[in-house]
This record gives sequence, C-alpha cells and structure tokens, in this order.
Amino acid sequence: MEIWNRHFECMERDELRRVQGERLRETVERVYFNVPYYRNKMQEAGLAPENIQTIEDIVKLPFTTKNDLRDTYPFGMFAVPMSEIVRLHASSGTTGKPTVVGYTRNDISTWSEVMARTLTSAGADRNDFIQIAYGYGLFTGGLGLHYGGEKIGASVIPVSGGNTNRQLQLMHDFGTTVLACTPSYALHLAEAIEESDIDINELKLKTGVFGAEPWTENMRREIEHKLKVKAIDIYGLSEVIGPGVAFECMEQKGLHISEDHFYPEIIDPETLQVLPEGSFGELVFTTITKEGLPLIRYRTRDLTSLNHKKCNCGRTLVRMDKCLGRSDDMLIIRGVNLFPSQIESVLLEMSEIKPHYRIIVDRVNNLDTIELQVEVDEEFFQDKISQLQSLREKLLENLESAIGLGIKVTLVEPKTIERSEGKAQRVIDKRKF
Amino acid sequence: MIIQQLSVFLENKSGRLTEVLEVLGRENIRITALSVADTTEFGILRIIVSDPEKAKSLLKEQMFTVNITEVISVMAPDEAKYYAKVLKILSDIDISVEYTYAFSIGKKSIIVLRCSNNEKAIEALKAHEMELLKASDLYSI
Repeated sequence: MEIWNRHFECMERDELRRVQGERLRETVERVYFNVPYYRNKMQEAGLAPENIQTIEDIVKLPFTTKNDLRDTYPFGMFAVPMSEIVRLHASSGTTGKPTVVGYTRNDISTWSEVMARTLTSAGADRNDFIQIAYGYGLFTGGLGLHYGGEKIGASVIPVSGGNTNRQLQLMHDFGTTVLACTPSYALHLAEAIEESDIDINELKLKTGVFGAEPWTENMRREIEHKLKVKAIDIYGLSEVIGPGVAFECMEQKGLHISEDHFYPEIIDPETLQVLPEGSFGELVFTTITKEGLPLIRYRTRDLTSLNHKKCNCGRTLVRMDKCLGRSDDMLIIRGVNLFPSQIESVLLEMSEIKPHYRIIVDRVNNLDTIELQVEVDEEFFQDKISQLQSLREKLLENLESAIGLGIKVTLVEPKTIERSEGKAQRVIDKRKF
Repeated sequence: MIIQQLSVFLENKSGRLTEVLEVLGRENIRITALSVADTTEFGILRIIVSDPEKAKSLLKEQMFTVNITEVISVMAPDEAKYYAKVLKILSDIDISVEYTYAFSIGKKSIIVLRCSNNEKAIEALKAHEMELLKASDLYSI
C-alpha cells in the first residue's frame, strides 16, 4: 500500500521527537509573542519561551480548553494578523457562540497534506472518484476532504451532505470509488441502495472514509458488508485542523496521528497529569506547525489511548484507539456537536417554559434522532390546543436557529421530569457505541 | 351564567385519564360533563364538576397541571337546527367559538361553549331567548 509522505509517516521515532521538539519550540515562541492570552497564561505559570527546548518540556505548559476559545471569540487566539488568514471555519460552542478557527495559506496546505495522507492510507489515488457527502460550509468535513482529494489528484465530487437520491445517482453514473461521509449516513445510503433499482454490484465503490461521529466495530462490519467497501475510520476536530488529524490504515488497528503536526498526549481529566504510555484517558493536542490558530495542549475531551508500536503498514506514527466517550457532556448528533447547555439557554429565554428538560438521543434506521421533552409552565397553561401548539412551534424554531439541528419537541406534564440536587440526568443516550 | 370548567394538561400516555378520575372519585366529586381534546402528543381534558375549586386543588396536589376556564352552557332541543342556531347567533356578532361540546338528556341537549367573549355571548343568546344554564343547574342534573 502506498504511503503519501514516507519521510514523516515512517520516520524513526527518535528523529521524530527531535522534529517535534524543534517545532514545539518555534510554536511556543510564536504564541508567546503574538497571542496575549497565551503570554499571560505562560507568565502566570512562570514560563518564558526559552524554558521550552525539547518535546519533553511540553508538560510545563498550561492547558487550553474550548472555553478559552469562547472567551476570546471570535479571533482573540489567532497568532497572525487577519490579513494572513485566508479561511474561517466555525463549529458550535457551549453557549451559542461558535468556536472559530482561522487558517493561513500554509495552514490550508498543511491540512491538504494531512488529508492527502489520510486518503492515500485509505487506498485512494489519482485514479479514484471521491464522492464527498460530508457537509460543505462552516463545518470542516466537506472542504477538508475536498482539498485532500484534489491534492492526491483524484476526481473530487463535491456533492455535500443530504439528498440521498442524488447521492445514489452520482455514485452510479460517475462510478464513485471512494465515499466520504459520516458512518451513520453510509449505512443510510446502503439501505437506500437496497431499496432502489440499483444493483450494488454495478457500483464501483471500494473504500469508505468515515468519521465525525463515534461508531462501533459492528457498524463497520455492517457498512463493509452492505456497501462492499473497506471502511476506514478518520478522526479530527476543527479546533486542531478539521478531518485529517488521525486516520486508519488498511490494518484497521488504530488511527495514525500526523504527529509531526499535532502532538498528542493522554491525561487524567481529573488530575490533569500525563498518564503512562498505553493508558486510557483524555486526548490532548498541541499543534506544532499551525500558524493561524496554534493550540497549546488543547483538551479534546475525547477519551482514548495511544499505541506507539510500529504498525504493520510501515508507519511509525503513533496510533490512537477509537474514542470511547467524552470527559464532558457533549453529544455528537449526525456529526453536529451539541452541548445540553445550548438547549438550556434556548429554554431559559422562553418564559412560557420551565427549564426542566430531558434529551433523548436514539438511532432509528441508522440516523440519529433527538427528542427534547420539556415541561409546560403551570402559569402559562390555558386550555387551548392552538396555544400549546404554537408554543411548541416557537420552541422548535428557536432551537433550530440556535443549534442548526432538527429536534423533536414533546411537551410533558409539569414536574414529570426528575428533580435532582446534584447533576440531573438530562441526557438519555440510547445509541450503542 | 358563567360556568367554571377544569382544564387538565395530559400527556398522551396510558393511564393518565384514569388517574385524574380516580383522584376526583376518592373525594366524591361529581362530573357533569367531560371532553378530551387531543393531538398526537398531548391532550387537554375538560370537565365540569360539582366543586371546581376543590377538584383543582386535589389535582394540583397530585402534580397535574390544572386551570379553571370559563365556559357558558345552553339548553336546547336535541336537534341539529338548534345547535346551528346557537352558533349562528354568535357568529353574527363576530364572537368566535374556541371549542364546544354537547350531551343530551331525554329530548334536551346541553351545549357547552367556550367563546372569545363569554359575557357578550350570554347577552346575545339571552336576547334570542335561548335558555342559559347556571352552574348549579348543571350540577343538579
């Protein structure tokens, strides 16, 4: 199997650590002098740039969280003047404000590079037709895959998400060989093919590049069986760069992290101590080449472990395991990040409704569903159906515009939702990962 | 002439209506009229009972959402044309009927109406010599 960048992907680990140390040193120097937020944090910790010389010194640096990005919304953590920024993306934040990421021309080039590695690792090359059914737009999925696809010289089909019938038509007529989308949408497409006139054997699909949401080995087997593809898992988050942070190879035994760009650590989310090699804990990334929005020890909240053994594919890049949950309450619904607090803030703005709610997440026909049960305020209750229905519609509208996700709203009797002194059980996730 | 009706918010799940009736039954509250308006997700139970204030507090204790709403009631022969006449009297003076339900005893029907303006409705119906019922009339049926 081909490897896009043998030099870095198969580099001896000692040499790699030297490169990482060098790049970390440069990154720290840049953020110290260009981002007041980082400079203050480093000064509070009694650190100057010269205290960071090798990759081992990284543990001295303070952590960065999504809250830090929110506090400096929109561009406060950028390390270059806006004139150097050529692209902005954004993802949902915890209280309605999105997390904004900016890319310089070099960052776009880095992103294309790591996506080229990803697609090559999935067996794609210039002869392939890559159908990108990830959403295009502020979400990084679509454009991330797009640039990687062009970089390896494949024929990119930028169909974006949704419109299943058109997806099937293009897949059939163009002879798509590589499908890129969320795993749940892949299953949805597989079922749509079964119900259509298309014979799966007429399709030329060979590989799927799936990510942006958690999925199980069972789902992988089902997708591989139904779509007759090799299903490759990819991982990324927009704060770090988007898709392309880590990718599986044909061995399908963990996701290789492009650690010459993104340095990973595993910490205990409670004590914040770095855990010994192989331990399970929270994944933390430091971007060591990014210019627009460099992140120092960014807490992803994803729980996983790292494996430094050399892979049979020949890559020396460390492998991360599939993420097994989160150290916060973020939900991933159809690839969209959602915090219960976002829903709560919509409810708090509506006087007719008590902020007593319950979120029920399920997966029906391989698509995530989300239901919000909310109590009707006793004072507001009249005996008119129309009034309750317009209340429900208003809530639906407010949720849709705040979250950008269709949510089923059910009005329930007051006080039916459990009250709790401590942390209430607000979310019931029936999906099995 | 204004009658106090209880409105109870109900989720569409089995057993809720039974619970309401059991709560009222334990205290010997009498129910004169009952109607349920339902959507796919929730319903509103509307009942006329012998002691609305007491019924309301009993249901509140059991965590139901209850409100008292005002309705009016007309007695007429149980023929469609009389029901039509009542509605026409109201629509002629631009009073809208938010909902209505009816039941009959013998040859008489008792019509319950929730109007956009109950006082005006009472006036107009009286002017047309319709027979309006008081709360006490209903409870003694």
